[in-house]
Amino acid sequence: MVIDLDKCTGCGACSVACMSENNIGVLHDETDKIRSITWMRVYQIDNGKSFPDTEVAFIPRPCMHCQGGTSGTPGQAFFQEDPMEEAAHTPCVSVCPATATDYDEETGIVSQIPTRCIGCRYCVAACPYHARYFNWYDVPWPKGTPRALSPFVSPRMRGVAEKCTFCYQRYQAARNKALVSGGEVGEMDYQTACTEACPSGAITFGQLQNPKHKVHQLISSEYTFRLLERLHTNPKVYYMSKREWVRKKADNYVTRHNKFAQAAPQSGH
Amino acid sequence: MRRWLDDLPKYADDSSWWPKGTKRCRPEVFLIWLGLPLTLLAYFTVGAVLCLALGLNQTNMNDYFAFGVWIVVDLAVIALGAGAFFTSFLNYIVGKTELKPIVNAAVLIGFICYVGAILMLGIDIGQPIRGWFGFWHANVHSMLTEVMFCITTYAIVLTIELLPSVLDNRRISRVPEFGTMGHNLHTIMIVFAAAGTFLSFFHQGSLGGMFGVLYARPFAARGGLGIWPWTFFLFIWSAIAVGPSFTTMIVMLTEKITGRKLTKHSVKMLMGKISGWLLITYMVAKSADTAWWAYIKLPAAGLTMDDMYHSPYGYWLMWVELGLCGWLPALMLVQEKVRESYGLMFLAMLLACIGVTLNRFVFTIQSLALPVLPFESFHAYLPSWQEWGIASLVLGFGLLVFMLAYRYLPIFPQEPELNE
Ligand code: SF4
Ligand code: SF4
Repeated sequence: MVIDLDKCTGCGACSVACMSENNIGVLHDETDKIRSITWMRVYQIDNGKSFPDTEVAFIPRPCMHCQGGTSGTPGQAFFQEDPMEEAAHTPCVSVCPATATDYDEETGIVSQIPTRCIGCRYCVAACPYHARYFNWYDVPWPKGTPRALSPFVSPRMRGVAEKCTFCYQRYQAARNKALVSGGEVGEMDYQTACTEACPSGAITFGQLQNPKHKVHQLISSEYTFRLLERLHTNPKVYYMSKREWVRKKADNYVTRHNKFAQAAPQSGH
Repeated sequence: MRRWLDDLPKYADDSSWWPKGTKRCRPEVFLIWLGLPLTLLAYFTVGAVLCLALGLNQTNMNDYFAFGVWIVVDLAVIALGAGAFFTSFLNYIVGKTELKPIVNAAVLIGFICYVGAILMLGIDIGQPIRGWFGFWHANVHSMLTEVMFCITTYAIVLTIELLPSVLDNRRISRVPEFGTMGHNLHTIMIVFAAAGTFLSFFHQGSLGGMFGVLYARPFAARGGLGIWPWTFFLFIWSAIAVGPSFTTMIVMLTEKITGRKLTKHSVKMLMGKISGWLLITYMVAKSADTAWWAYIKLPAAGLTMDDMYHSPYGYWLMWVELGLCGWLPALMLVQEKVRESYGLMFLAMLLACIGVTLNRFVFTIQSLALPVLPFESFHAYLPSWQEWGIASLVLGFGLLVFMLAYRYLPIFPQEPELNE
């Protein structure tokens, strides 16, 4: 997924589409933001300058579907130096004791099985993007609303962790269709709900490794970056912005005088 | 009815159950004392029922503090309970038989800490009924899986290790089968001491490893020694350093409360000496780890120490943990003069125990409170009264078990001779 931050207006349509596609309920108290669930969350950032030089940008943040560091990649994270296979794992997947979350090698999607989750919240602790949510409450579905739920996504129960799945149910439907017709899953056959809903076309979805897909071309742009790249989580969500301050906000950028910090390698973009 | 009432003092007389050669308070006084743990357990029950019936929204935990005060208490009591495995290891395997008079107490305290921690974890997970999935769908890469396996099996080992003390009860041992069983268990205790050492070693380590492997959370992440991050070793190290101190402290407290001498001071001094030297070596390693983290790890992630210490979790936490409750008790405990003084040794041991508790707090609360995303916000966390209720389980359960054990089991073999 590639999200063009210069196009995003912060309208929140992606969030709403995601909630509706994935049966995310509305809680009793939605002002309790540190406990409400938003698989696709839109952050607002600014350049820290006062009017009239103020600039604002919005960062939509789904689950990054991290791949984890790859063996041999130079880096500082513990796992990169480890030659073992499991060492190159997704932050949340490697910690889950019940294998309730898993990395699908075929699609690169990090899955989540709510009925297997024991609710230990270790994955919530491991994710630096706050992309994982815990169900602190039972969802108070008002009378009649369950009939409007999508039958392709199971509503989650209280006491489990959940997160964005890149609308995996849509992938399954597209794959089934392709299996029947004997073809392949085409770029437009599988699109996430947020991609479709975005009115300004800021979100592009496809296969990063497929040269025929638009995302493949977009990620080679010099304006493309990923969040917290120095941690080597290797996310599959890329962002674009021509504004340097936006790109800098994507990673912890040391501004204080620290000779050790300056000597340390910076993000690749 | 009248006769029954007249005979009541006779029925209530439990002196035939007391360990040989000891004196205990009158049953009615004991019953009043029991009110304390029972009140704590009632408080726990209210919190537990609310959390189980209504969900973890009863706590102040949230998506920024997924690990709240329960995990701090769990990690802390498990570290403090390490006296059980380490003292058994020194006594049965290394052959430090001078520690024999305190081994029973250490095992009892370990049992309380571990069983208490497991009971708390049962409330802590969002889906307690599925708790066994960690065994059934085990993810071998997860440190938490290792913790779950080792903590459960070690609790069983501790129960077996405690069994001889129960079977040695004056009345129970009169039953020939129990007496023989108790005797036989004594002779094979070395096997359980070895198994306990192995299990406890690994899960103490895995508890530390749990944080060290969070490679995307720079506050917690650490470098690796083999397949383990070195928090794995630091946690074991700190646990074996303070475990003996905690055991000794509890014994000293019991002596003060009951007014009876329970172990010779030389035994306590030996425990203090072991703690002190281990604490010194741990502090060297911990200080080196902190320097590496500050100068290499954090800058590589684009952060500085200043980013890590926000109010209310300011730098003071670091100085209290490493200085006041780290180096100071370590240096105190290695001095024979300090160990000779009952009060000073107690103070040093108390500081050491506070230090390790703070260390677990820092790894659990502070490390997760700090947002890694530069545009995320920082939150502070204060547990709800329901959370304190669950956390008080360890204390209530511990007091109850310890009081019963002290009254009825021969936990302190030196007590009769010291109080003649
Ligand atoms: S963004 Fe978080 S939840 Fe998603 S894969 Fe990465 S670590 Fe896991
Ligand atoms: S909360 Fe669920 S998904 Fe997350 S680590 Fe625990 S069991 Fe796994």
